[in-house]
Amino acid sequence: MTGSGLARPTGSTGDEGMRVLLSSVPSDAHTWNLVFLQLALEQAGIRVRNLGACVPTASLLDAACDWQPDAVVISTVNGHGYPDGRHLIGEFRARPPLRSIPIVIGGKLGIAGASDGHRIREMVRLGFDAVFPDDADFTELESFLRGLPATTARAMRSEGGPAC
Amino acid sequence: MLTYPPSSFAGYVDSAYRSGSLIVQPRMGFGDPETMRRGLVEVRRSGVRAVGTITLDSYTRTGDYEALRRALDDGVPLNGFPLVTYPHEVTASVLEGVWDSEFPVQVRHGCPLPGDIFAAISDLGLDASEGGPVSYCLPYSRVPLEESIAAWSRACERFAVTSERGVLPHVESFGGCMLGQLCPPSLLLTLTVLEGMFFRAHGLTSVSLSYAQQTHFEQDLEALAALRRLGEEFLPDIDWHTVVYAYMGVYPFERLAAEALLRDAAELAVRGGAGRLLVKTPAEAHRIPTIAENVRSLRLAAAAAARVENAGAAGVRRETGIYEEARALIEAVLELGEDPGTALGRAFERGLLDVPYCLHPDNPGRARSYVDETGRLRWASVGAMPIGPVPGTREITGSDLLASLYYVQRKYDRHALREVRVEPEGNEPGGDLTIR
Repeated sequence: MTGSGLARPTGSTGDEGMRVLLSSVPSDAHTWNLVFLQLALEQAGIRVRNLGACVPTASLLDAACDWQPDAVVISTVNGHGYPDGRHLIGEFRARPPLRSIPIVIGGKLGIAGASDGHRIREMVRLGFDAVFPDDADFTELESFLRGLPATTARAMRSEGGPAC
Repeated sequence: MLTYPPSSFAGYVDSAYRSGSLIVQPRMGFGDPETMRRGLVEVRRSGVRAVGTITLDSYTRTGDYEALRRALDDGVPLNGFPLVTYPHEVTASVLEGVWDSEFPVQVRHGCPLPGDIFAAISDLGLDASEGGPVSYCLPYSRVPLEESIAAWSRACERFAVTSERGVLPHVESFGGCMLGQLCPPSLLLTLTVLEGMFFRAHGLTSVSLSYAQQTHFEQDLEALAALRRLGEEFLPDIDWHTVVYAYMGVYPFERLAAEALLRDAAELAVRGGAGRLLVKTPAEAHRIPTIAENVRSLRLAAAAAARVENAGAAGVRRETGIYEEARALIEAVLELGEDPGTALGRAFERGLLDVPYCLHPDNPGRARSYVDETGRLRWASVGAMPIGPVPGTREITGSDLLASLYYVQRKYDRHALREVRVEPEGNEPGGDLTIR
């Protein structure tokens, strides 16, 4: 399972750099948000694998198990982020190798537009490490990623650690 | 040349073109049959030369008939008309007395595996649809390109035989849109011409070639002149016309700005010799437009179109090589196989075609584009495509991408705000807000 050609690393990021798996939710066909995030993350020296539009949950889980990213970033703008995200996080945390991988969701999560404190708290309670509503900007995501502890994923990769 | 049957989509567009009128067309689809019918009736009654549209819902587009059935049972509103799932009597009652020789109707959908859709279209006797094996696959789906090509081949062949019943089946290539924005003109032309050739190879004798308004009027005009030239060269033996899509990228937020953009699209279509224009509405930046908003846009576009004349090739003031680039791409692809479908599949596999920023697994993903300081859409890199050398190959950052994606929205919104400030209080603003 790989993303598209856009997922090619752009040079400065060796295997020891941070790895982010970038994806949408199954019902969302939008991709400009994913393209922007990929370029911005790569610009920040982060290695990205971009799974693209309409990603089935099983493909996302397989890619995460296979690639062992330091974080998973879910971006969605079609207004189904809350229901799709709820389902996705349940499946994600149910796989033992994925329990400790940080995962965040952001974008236009509901159809109403403005961010919704109650639903954001619910997403965190269900297992997301952070939620970035529509009015968040890229620097918030970047500083969240920078603040992650030097991860277990990187350590496990260097030991040839467990896959799913 | 071809004689049109007494009642046909292509013949209707052709006779309007000959009389100097641009056909305008909405994007419109409703799940509820009565609303769908009312939409068609209102477009027909709009007082302008228009054709009707039935846009299908996204469950039909993705072939998820189970979810569609659940939505219908639960009364969940759909974002389009479920043509395949409704009994044909329901669709027939929507069309009854609206769809006739004075008002053709086209089905638009977005499906990479369109067998069921073309079966329904053929059964109903409808004669016009839209899409293509590449343009309905790469931008929004994960279906392998090879599967889409095979499915579109079968669907076109099935649709083509309806000509035995006296209709003239017509398919419009969506290849001139590709992700809505940031696909440079030469590649849009290449894809729509190759899809036109693909349709012809699978039995269709009437097609349209598309081009979506981009970021720069003169560049777009050059592209449309090039498209007509390529059509004459590569599709000399079948019926075709060109169709313009009003801007498909991030839309201006201000009503005046959105209307100015639409007026520019109408002027572009007429001056560039197009037969049809697909309109947008100012509501587009915020939500799905209503029937009334669609009708208003049709009238606005038709009025703007009536003020200008077809400039022909003489309208292009500066040639920048769009035609040459597209021709080089088309020829390189056609060398890869006798059947245009096979050739298209191989071209993406080998990187000879590469849609900038398209994340589909079968897109090579090495090409990049941007909007330059003069507003022209350009290549930043061409990957392995046989064009170039491209001057100024550069890396595109996230903020470059945002600037390019929002270029048109910002330009028109800024201009509109300036115009509004100088309007006297209480006046209906409007008039000339043409932006170059």
